[in-house]
Amino acid sequence: MTAPLLRLSGLTKTYPGVTACDDVSFDIREGEVHALLGENGAGKSTLVKMIYGLVKPDGGTMERRGTAYAPSEPRAARAAGVAMVFQHFSLFDALSVAENIALGMEQPPPMRDLTRRIRAVSEDYGLPLDPHRMVGDLSAGERQRVEIVRCLLQDPGLLIMDEPTSVLTPQEVEILFRTLRKLTAEGVAILYISHKLDEIRALCDRATILRQGRNVATCVPRETTTREMAEMMVGGAFAAPQGAGRPAGEVVLDVTGLSAASPNPFGTALKNLHFTVHAGEVLGIGGVAGNGQDELLSALSGELATAPGAVTLSGRPIGRLGPAARRRLGLLSAPEERLGHAAAPEMSLTENAVLTAAEREDLLTRGFLRWPAAEAFARRIIASFDVRTPGPGTAARALSGGNLQKFVIGREILQRPAVLVVNQPTWGVDAAAAAAIRQALLDQAARGAAVVCISQDLDELMEISDRFAALNEGRLSDIRPARDLGVEEIGLMMGGAHGMEVAHAQA
Amino acid sequence: MPRLERRPQPSRRWTWAAPPLAVVITMLVGGALFAALGKNPAEAIRTIFWDPLFGEFAFYYRPQLLVKGAPLVLIAIGLSLGFRAGIWNIGAEGQYILGALCGAGVGLAFYPADSWVVFPLMVLAGALGGLAWAMIPALLKVRFGTNEILVSLMLVYVAEQLLAAMALGPMKNPEGMGFPGSRNLQQYPAAHNAELITGSGLHWGVVAALIAVICAHVLLTRHITGYHVRLAGQAPRAARFAGVRPAALTIGCLGASGALAGLAGLFEVAGPAGQVSIDFNVGYGFTAIIVAFLGRLHPVGILLAGLLMALTYIGGEIAQSNLGLPAAAIQVFQGMLLFFLLAVDLFTNYRLRLTRPEAAT
Repeated sequence: MTAPLLRLSGLTKTYPGVTACDDVSFDIREGEVHALLGENGAGKSTLVKMIYGLVKPDGGTMERRGTAYAPSEPRAARAAGVAMVFQHFSLFDALSVAENIALGMEQPPPMRDLTRRIRAVSEDYGLPLDPHRMVGDLSAGERQRVEIVRCLLQDPGLLIMDEPTSVLTPQEVEILFRTLRKLTAEGVAILYISHKLDEIRALCDRATILRQGRNVATCVPRETTTREMAEMMVGGAFAAPQGAGRPAGEVVLDVTGLSAASPNPFGTALKNLHFTVHAGEVLGIGGVAGNGQDELLSALSGELATAPGAVTLSGRPIGRLGPAARRRLGLLSAPEERLGHAAAPEMSLTENAVLTAAEREDLLTRGFLRWPAAEAFARRIIASFDVRTPGPGTAARALSGGNLQKFVIGREILQRPAVLVVNQPTWGVDAAAAAAIRQALLDQAARGAAVVCISQDLDELMEISDRFAALNEGRLSDIRPARDLGVEEIGLMMGGAHGMEVAHAQA
Repeated sequence: MPRLERRPQPSRRWTWAAPPLAVVITMLVGGALFAALGKNPAEAIRTIFWDPLFGEFAFYYRPQLLVKGAPLVLIAIGLSLGFRAGIWNIGAEGQYILGALCGAGVGLAFYPADSWVVFPLMVLAGALGGLAWAMIPALLKVRFGTNEILVSLMLVYVAEQLLAAMALGPMKNPEGMGFPGSRNLQQYPAAHNAELITGSGLHWGVVAALIAVICAHVLLTRHITGYHVRLAGQAPRAARFAGVRPAALTIGCLGASGALAGLAGLFEVAGPAGQVSIDFNVGYGFTAIIVAFLGRLHPVGILLAGLLMALTYIGGEIAQSNLGLPAAAIQVFQGMLLFFLLAVDLFTNYRLRLTRPEAAT
């Protein structure tokens, strides 16, 4: 057998207090889609950062086609044919597609040549993209195409993709998969990081599973069930979320004619939303990123003031109340962006516990903070939600994304909300943690809370929602019972076809 | 090739080590500067740092340390609250002048009445004067979204003109034989901010500065308002999510820093300076910005930084008169202090990695 495209032997990386990667070895062959699976904090990010030259291994070696490969920086990795599409895009809204791509190049060719090459690559690989459009106007799926095209222009031998489908509609996922299959047919290897096990089974040739920094198994996903893979990741069995057959209670949250301009120039305005949420039910709101999800969360949390009667909580108009007043009344929320919005990166977990819980958890005496009580609350969140961290004194930014997410969701849930609004509750969270978070949301509903779950993960919404609606360009589709919905129908709801007549007309 | 790597958590050791290290580097590089100017570096450094405290005339200089340090600390404490919240009041100098004018105005209005209420009223007027001057950028920012840096800074020049107009006009000493400047408040006991212990330099402004340090420390570490101030500076979106109203925060922070700067002006005009004169302000409001950062926006740090800065002022004056060092060299020296602190501070959040290009072991 010829030398593999990339061979990792005994890669090790230690950070103070934690071994991120411990003696990880595996091969990536030409033309294969190789999945990298693991919980949060299992070492996936560190591993790909080592391959991409962002982090230098403490031990172990890498070989590229039989010769030593030790990139000192991403530029060296790119020169060796390794490209990476990050989970969070690094694009400038106010520049065009071509300008954004030129910015990432060592020596950008003249703009005219570049736009021609962008067109050629995007047509070759079935990624429709107009080089002259402003990135601010693109959907999340289109933005991802920009990143992919940017990588393909380098003629990579290995393409690393970090959770690429989390922002896509089912239809867009199909397009992406076609592109990836076309690339592998040309001999490009793809290192594919994802938590969606079904996708991995559909797309990937082999999978390497990391647990606590160690390579615990390599398997062929097509011959392995999703449950087996999930259990290999966690190292044991875990419970799938269980919803109780819940009778819906009274209307708790009533949204009537909610319209609001976005505070962000590239945001989406909310246009005349109507919905109600009953005690004990989960309303799932789907839709592709950037269709008003952030704005909806802000309008419900109180960060974005609206007409007084547009939002009522148990019959009381709260449209003009701020976040603190709404929290007092029992409306709690968890925004999508963990660092900088739901939590302050430089502050400790104890300090972050105070952020939303100061009043409800009685952490204040006449305005003075009771730090021991705050720390006890933080410890309670850490214990109840299995947040992996040295302790409540750790800065929020030192936690992995999934662990911080568990902390943020846990912080709200432990305050016993009457209404809980979450946006992307399991974005970037591993399977076991995601299951735990979903179960916690269902438990809240069972407790009698009204839960609004805004998410781009359709499987998640189908799993926990009683009723489902989709946001499209700031408008809400019809609300339908989640049980009877098929993927096709959901795709059409997300795409903005309000009602099936329109869909038939389009078909 | 050396490379900076972000630390997962800020290093505690560097947080403490950075200020002394910056002082040492400043002494070394400053010494080289003085040597290049043809002075004996060791002697120059000794003159600046040692003589004011332990030299032959230290009995004279030591009280000066408090006199010069108090306004710096008082103003810097106020500024640090805003800086922590991401609200940049650059116009403390103007608020300092207005505090002095309002406070002195009240005192002069009572002249020559002898009552114990005069001085407390002056203190109140001083604080309100500074607060009112700071409300201009605050309200403009809240109402029209103007930039508080520019507005507060430009108001310094307005305040200077107002000071000159007052010294030459309404507040001019009627018995002053036509010289510009007000009556000397030092000669009006009811309004005089006298030394509490003769010869110590300890006046009410020093007391106020110490109280401000303690209050600011308690506010920032124990009170929800202080928590919100820190939160707004570190993560503005998270602060809004927590329920902090940006407008209230802007008004509160600018108001507090304005009031403290006004107090500093009042204590100065009623004490060490004694009168409203054209050249009353000497830049405390601007130096306090350096003090605030040198003290890394921490109340106790600011106290130490204020004293250190006062020391370099006094020592610098001695070096000018005794060694003939140019004033500009002293200013460069003070600038170096801030520069090196910020440079060394980098290592609190980053560490230096020496990457060997061939190493892949």
